[in-house]
Amino acid sequence: MRRDRPPLAFAILAAIGVAFFLLPLLGLLYRTPWNTALAELTASEALTALRLSLVVSVAATALALLLGIPLAWIYARITFPGRDLFRALTTLPMILPPVVGGVALLFAFGRRGLVGQFLDAAFGIRIPFTTAGAVLAATFVAMPFLVLTVEAGLRSMDRRYEDAARTLGASRSLVFRRVTLPLIAPSIFAGAVLCWARALGEFGATITFAGSLPGTTQTLPLAIYNALETRPEGAVVLSLLLLAVSLAILVAMRDRYLRAF
Amino acid sequence: MLSANVSVRLGVLDLDVSLEASAAEVVAVLGPNGAGKTTLLRAIAGLIPIDAGRIELDGAVLDDVARGVHVPAELRPIGVVFQDYLLFPHLTAVENVAFGLRAHGVKSGEARARAMEWLERLGIAAHAGSRPQALSGGQAQRVALARALATNPRLLLLDEPLAALDASARGEVRRELKRHLASFSGVRVLITHDPLEALALADRLVIVEAGRVVQRGSAAEVTARPRSRYVADLVGVNLLRGTAHAGEIALHAGATLRAAEPVDGEVFAVIHPRAVALHRAHPEGSPRNVWRGRAATVDLQGDRVRVRVEGDIAIVAEVTPAAVSELALAEGGEVWASVKATEIAVYPT
Repeated sequence: MRRDRPPLAFAILAAIGVAFFLLPLLGLLYRTPWNTALAELTASEALTALRLSLVVSVAATALALLLGIPLAWIYARITFPGRDLFRALTTLPMILPPVVGGVALLFAFGRRGLVGQFLDAAFGIRIPFTTAGAVLAATFVAMPFLVLTVEAGLRSMDRRYEDAARTLGASRSLVFRRVTLPLIAPSIFAGAVLCWARALGEFGATITFAGSLPGTTQTLPLAIYNALETRPEGAVVLSLLLLAVSLAILVAMRDRYLRAF
Repeated sequence: MLSANVSVRLGVLDLDVSLEASAAEVVAVLGPNGAGKTTLLRAIAGLIPIDAGRIELDGAVLDDVARGVHVPAELRPIGVVFQDYLLFPHLTAVENVAFGLRAHGVKSGEARARAMEWLERLGIAAHAGSRPQALSGGQAQRVALARALATNPRLLLLDEPLAALDASARGEVRRELKRHLASFSGVRVLITHDPLEALALADRLVIVEAGRVVQRGSAAEVTARPRSRYVADLVGVNLLRGTAHAGEIALHAGATLRAAEPVDGEVFAVIHPRAVALHRAHPEGSPRNVWRGRAATVDLQGDRVRVRVEGDIAIVAEVTPAAVSELALAEGGEVWASVKATEIAVYPT
């Protein structure tokens, strides 16, 4: 077995790189008021924000699954003009500053927005500054993770299994449900977890489009930002909570599912 | 009765093949990789559209390009055993076999019971609860066969049914497959690149090269009279059946051959025509198998001459034109044939 030694310069630069990631975490732990941490966590505002975050991120993931799996299937299986352009447009939120996404959502679904004005006039539906708005904002930024992961899964699966199912008399919808979906289940799971994690951490689009109303749109990241100005120790504890959740996801996913990439 | 006229252009492949198969025989489509065999199978199964032609099975039109008819794959009464078997990895063996029945609307409990019957018929019921990954190649093939047959198809298509197996398992699985093929009453078409597999399993051969049929006929016809260099190389081997005992093979035709391998039981003895030496008189020296015969036909094929020798053992020899003149060989003339024991390849039937 080869045992390489890193060049000294690499070792130093890599150590600085690691420190760059670890120091903020240490800062967080250093400032954590351990004796009041439990009280901070169980304070009603914290629990409200946590509960709302879970509701919004799970709803956003469900919406992304509902819309994203068919979209991924079409990207993977159907050749149509402008496919690459469409894929680029629906991937854009991954690299777009979230606040820009929030502004764009406002001009589409806001009270005077492209669609929003009709929703308001026809049905009296107003999406901005509601929990539904927070879900929409989270879905907007998080769904691309699901679509790309599922599309990659569909492209790498052996389509001859679908052929085999058809020769056995299975209709297209039966093939999809009984063969395609089970075969790409790992990709769907990985995509859903990435999507959910992104939705859980969503900040910019939410605060722009849905505001920061406690109990309605103030999710955990917004609550942390809010607390930072009034009660910094509360912000620290909430941050630690979000950090623990993220780390748990990463560790659980690392081996089994991220290999799919 | 299958009657297929298939014309498909797919990338560099230009396939134009007609294929007839009745329920009374097993037909093998034999050809090298890339000849278009699998494309032909996919077209017959309805998995790809054909550009021109017509496919008819037992009087029902499945494809007729001129009339715009294309029956989708799921509505064709065709069972397919795919290369690599393609058992669904997320289902157990019995669930795999029940899949087609469920797709045909059979209730879950009954589908399962009928799938079990099929697994029992194929002697694989003990593995009903196993996932495909846990099955050996031979077991997976039997499950794939059960899956293809469970929906009572009129036509069974097999794509390279033995290619996924290692050499040690092949003989036994081939014998089993032959038995199961014999018990199926519909049309049977098998696709393979392996001449031995085709000769062992099929009654009739259709040889496809670069998208065209280059020869068709019974196994005996094709091996005796390959119509091109290519076919001669592919299937122009001497295939003799017999019963072996300690390397001594009593041929069904009467004579006895000695092989180097100490095999027992029912076997194929395969002798390449180039391994058959011809002599004017009884040869001196080591060959173990020597017999006298008559040169029935002498065909010049390119730079080789194929000589069909009739006698105790009917055999085809391939020699150079120079050897023919040296032996003063003419049709009807007497000749001695010899084959070294080490040149006889023996396979269990």
